[in-house]
Amino acid sequence: MSDTLKMIFGRLSIESLPIHEPIVVGTFCGVALGGIALLGALTYFRLWGYLWKEWFTTVDHKRIGIMYMVLGLVMLLRGFADAIMMRGQQAMAFGANEGYLNAHHYDQVFTAHGVIMIFFVAMPFVTGLMNFVVPLQIGARDVSFPFLNNFSFWMTAAGAALVMASLFIGEFARTGWLAMAPLSGLDYSPDVGVDYYVWALQIAGVGTLLSGVNLVATIVKMRAPGMGLMKMPIFTWTALATNILIVAAFPVLTAVLALLSLDRYVGTHFFTNTAGGNPMMYVNMIWIWGHPEVYILILPAFGIFSEVTSTFSGKRLFGYTSMVYAVLVITILSYLVWLHHFFTMGSGASVNSFFGITTMIISIPTGAKIFNWLFTMYKGRIRFELPMMWTVAFMLTFVIGGMTGVMLAVPPADFVLHNSLFLVAHFHNVIIGGVLFGLFAGINYWWPKAFGFKLDKKWGLVSFWCWVVGFWVAFTPLYVLGLMGVTRRLRHFDDPSLQIWFVIAAIGAAIIAVGIAAFLLQIFVSIRNREALRDDSGDPWNARTLEWATSSPPPAYNFAFSPVIHDLDAWYDMKSRGAVRPVSGYLPIHMPKNTGAGIILAGFSLVFGFAMIWYIWWLAAASFLGLIVTAIAHTFNYDRDFYITAEEVTETENARTAVLARLGA
Amino acid sequence: MLPFRRALRPAALIATLAAPLILGGCDLVVMNPSGDVARQQADLILWSVFLMLLIIVPVMILTVVFAFKYRASNTESEYKPDWDHSTRIELVIWSAPLLIIIALGALTWLTTHQLDPYRPLDRIAPGKPIPADQKPLEIQVVSLDWKWLFIYPEQGIATVNELVLPADRQVRFRLTSSSVMNTFYVPALAGMIYTMPGMETKLHAVMNRVGTFEGQSANYSGAGFSYMHFPTQSVDAAGFDQWVAKTKASAQSLDTAQYLTLEKPSEKVPAMHFGTVEGGLFDRIVQMCVKPGTACGHGMMHHGAGAQEVAPAVNDRPGEGADGALMKSPDEMKTSPHLTHPHGAPAGHSEPGADSNRNMTRMDAPAYPGRAAAGEA
Repeated sequence: MSDTLKMIFGRLSIESLPIHEPIVVGTFCGVALGGIALLGALTYFRLWGYLWKEWFTTVDHKRIGIMYMVLGLVMLLRGFADAIMMRGQQAMAFGANEGYLNAHHYDQVFTAHGVIMIFFVAMPFVTGLMNFVVPLQIGARDVSFPFLNNFSFWMTAAGAALVMASLFIGEFARTGWLAMAPLSGLDYSPDVGVDYYVWALQIAGVGTLLSGVNLVATIVKMRAPGMGLMKMPIFTWTALATNILIVAAFPVLTAVLALLSLDRYVGTHFFTNTAGGNPMMYVNMIWIWGHPEVYILILPAFGIFSEVTSTFSGKRLFGYTSMVYAVLVITILSYLVWLHHFFTMGSGASVNSFFGITTMIISIPTGAKIFNWLFTMYKGRIRFELPMMWTVAFMLTFVIGGMTGVMLAVPPADFVLHNSLFLVAHFHNVIIGGVLFGLFAGINYWWPKAFGFKLDKKWGLVSFWCWVVGFWVAFTPLYVLGLMGVTRRLRHFDDPSLQIWFVIAAIGAAIIAVGIAAFLLQIFVSIRNREALRDDSGDPWNARTLEWATSSPPPAYNFAFSPVIHDLDAWYDMKSRGAVRPVSGYLPIHMPKNTGAGIILAGFSLVFGFAMIWYIWWLAAASFLGLIVTAIAHTFNYDRDFYITAEEVTETENARTAVLARLGA
Repeated sequence: MLPFRRALRPAALIATLAAPLILGGCDLVVMNPSGDVARQQADLILWSVFLMLLIIVPVMILTVVFAFKYRASNTESEYKPDWDHSTRIELVIWSAPLLIIIALGALTWLTTHQLDPYRPLDRIAPGKPIPADQKPLEIQVVSLDWKWLFIYPEQGIATVNELVLPADRQVRFRLTSSSVMNTFYVPALAGMIYTMPGMETKLHAVMNRVGTFEGQSANYSGAGFSYMHFPTQSVDAAGFDQWVAKTKASAQSLDTAQYLTLEKPSEKVPAMHFGTVEGGLFDRIVQMCVKPGTACGHGMMHHGAGAQEVAPAVNDRPGEGADGALMKSPDEMKTSPHLTHPHGAPAGHSEPGADSNRNMTRMDAPAYPGRAAAGEA
C-alpha cells in the first residue's frame, strides 16, 4: 500500500476486515439488515425529529435513565451471544475435535464477553436505575448537572459503539477482560484489539466518572427538605456509596489505561518487561480499581433488594441503621482487599493473610444485610410479585456465592482454586445471582413508574424460572470442574470425561437464553397489553418511598411542590397520616433545556477513538480539535434554561387530580 | 403455598445434578490430590466450608421458612408492619458472622504461613518428617510461549513439556517466564504459582503417590495457551535415577542458541529431552540476559571497574520491543490485516480436514534437534 493511502487510512486496509470469517460475516449481514430495517422504519414513521428532540438531546434524568437501560439491554444480547459461543466451543472441543472457533477468535470472544458484561451491561443498567430512581426518591426535580448527565450517557454509548465496531472492523483484544500486562503491551499484542479495548474503556470511563460526580452531588445537595441523611431511602444510600466508589476508583482505571496507551503509542515502558517497566504495577493498579468495581455493581443491587423486601413484606426495613453502616463499611473495606485477586503471584504469607482476612471481614456486614432482609420478611405479609421472587431467589443463590467467595479468600485454598472454573462459577454466582437478579427485581419494580403500566407477570415468571434454573444448571458444573482442576479460558480439552459437564453447562446457557427471550417477550407483551396493565395511581405496589408519590410516568418536573419529609418511608408516612395532595397554587418551574452538545461531543470522541486505534493521525487531530471547539462553544451557550409556566403545571396536575378522583370514586 | 412449591423445584434439580458428584462419579483431583501440600489445601477448603455452612444453612432454611410462613395468603401469621428494630437480633446477626470470621481468620493466618509456597516443607506426609540426609530436589521451571521448560540443575538435564518427580522427596521449584505471565499448576501436587518474566517465584511441594498427573498453565498467555499442559510423572527413587540416566544419554544439549530457538512462539510441542544444559541458564533467563551481548547483573560486577558499581535492576535490561505507534514514520507503519486472515496453506500439512489446518496461530513448533519440525512429525 502506498504511503499516501497509509497517511489517509492509517493501518486500516481491506485486509483488516474479517471477510474470511463466516460467523462474523453472517453476524454482520444480520446486524446490517436489522439496522437498515430499523433506520428505514424510523424514517418511514418520521421518528427522527421526535427521537432527537425528546430523547437524544434530553437532559431529563428519567429519559436518560431509560436510555441507559436500553443500552444495557442491547449490549446484554451481544455479551450473551459471546457466552453462548464460549459454552458451545467448550462443549465440543475435546480430543481430536478442535471446536468451531480458532484460538484468535475464541480469545476475543471471552475477552469481549467480560468487558461487555461488566462495562456495557451491568454498568449501564446500574447507572440507568440510579439515574431514574434517585432524584425521584429524594424528591428532586432532576440531577445536579443535567447536561453532564446527557453527556455521560452518550460517552458510555460511544464506548459501547467502539466495542461493537471491533466485531466488524479489525478485531478485539485477546487478553482477558483486564488486559493484563505484559500480554497487552505492544510486544505481545501489536494488533488493534488492545487499542479498541483501551479507547472504548477510556471514552466510556469519562461517562461513568462524570455520572458518578453528578449523582454524588445530587444526593448530597438536592434532597427534599426534611430528608436528613438517616432518612434517606436505602437505595439512595447504596447509590451514594456506589458513586463515591466510582469517583474514587475510576480515575485509577483511567490512569492505568493511560499509562498502557503511552506504552503502546509513545513507546514508554511503564508495564513492559524491560527498560524499567514493571507489569506487577499494572496488576496492582487494575485491581485497585477492579475490586471496588465489584461493589459499585453489587451495592445498588443491595439497595434494590432492600426497597423490594420492605415494600412487598408490607413492613419497615429491619435494622435500617445497621444497613446503612453495613453499606459504608463495605464501601471502605472494598479498597483494602484488591490483592486477593493475585495471592498466587508470590506475595509473602503475612501480606496474603492480611488481604485474605480483610476480604473475609467484608462478609460480616454482607451477612448482616442478608439477615436484615430476612427479618424484614419476618412477621410481614409477603406478596410474591416478580420483584420479590427475584429477591428470594437472590437470597438463596447469593449466600452460596458468598460462601465460595470466602473460600477463595483463604490464600492456601485460593492457591488451588484461583484461575479455575470454580472461580469463574463463583463470580458468576455473585454477579448473576446478586447484580443481575437485583437488576431484574428493579426493572420489574420500577417499570410501572417509568411507563405507567406493569410488566406482564406470566412472561416475567417464565423469564424468572429460566434464569434461576438456567443459572444453576450452567454454573454448578463449573464449580465441579474447578474442583477437578480445570482452569479457565481454555479453548480445547484432552480429557473426554470432562465433556459431560461442559455439555450440562451449555444446556444451562440455553435455558438462560430462553430466560432472556422471555424477558424480551415480557416487555413486548406488556407494551401490547399496556391498557390492561395500566396503573393510574402511581403507586401500584403500595410502596413506601417518595418516587411512588408522583404520577406514573412522572411529569418532567417530577414534583409540582417539593415534598417535605418526616420519616424514612416518606410516602408510607404521607399515606398513613392522610397527607393531602395540594391541588392549587402552582408556580412556574425552572427547568434545564435540552441540548445536542452531549451527543456531538460523544460523536467526536467516538471518531477520535477510532482514528487513534487505526493510527489515522489526521482524523484523530481533527476530531480532537472538534471536541475541544464544541466544548468551548457550548460554554458560550447561555440559553440553557426555561420555565414550565404555572398554567402548564396546573393543567398537568389537574389532569392528575381528575385521574386520582376517578380512582377514588 | 404456590411460591414455596415453586421454590422447591430448582432445589430438586440441583440435587439431581449433584447426585453423580456425591456418588463419586468424577475425579475431584483438587479434593483428592496426591501431594501433601495439596492435601492440606483440600482439608482447608473442607474446614472453611464447614465453618461457613454453620451460618449459611440456617440462613437458607430461614429464608424458605419465612417466605412460606409470612406469605400474604397466610392470614394466620403475625403481622407487625412497624416492627423494625431489635437490639438482641442485631447483636446476634452481627456477632454470629463475626465469630465465624474470627475462627476462619485465625485459621487463615496459621495456614497461610504454614503453606506459604516459599517456605521449605517440614514433612513429607502426615507423621513423616523429612529424612535428615534428604536434600530437596531443585527444578527450574520456565514458561515459554507456549510450552514449559524444566531444568534439573543437579542432574544437568532439561525437558520440555514433561515433568518427572521422585515421589516422597521434597521438590523446590524456582520459576520464571520468558515473555508473558503464566501459572504453573499441577492440581494433584500443590497450589498454583505465577511465572513472571524478569522475576523468580518459588514453590515447595512433594508428591506422595506414583503415577501420571496433569499439569498446565492456569493463566491465559496467548494463542497457544490451551496446549500448555504437561504430563507430570511421579516415580520412585530408582525410577527417577533411571529416567535421569536415560535423559542424560540424549545427545541434545540445551545451550544458548538452542534456548533462543526454543523461546520462539510455538504450540503443541511434543516432549523434548536434553542430555546437557548450559550452566547458569536459568539465572540468565531470570536476569533477562540470555541473548549474547546482554550484560547480566553479576556479569557486570565481574567486568566492572570497581566493586561499588551496582548492577541495574532486572527490569532495566534494555528492551528490543516495538516503538510506540506515534514514533513510527509512515513508511515504517504496516497495515493491520485481520488476525485470523488465512495466510496460505499451513506449513507442513496440506491434508484437507486435518487438525493442523485449524492452527490459526500460524505458529510452528521449533525444529526438534535432529528431527523435522514438530508440525510434520
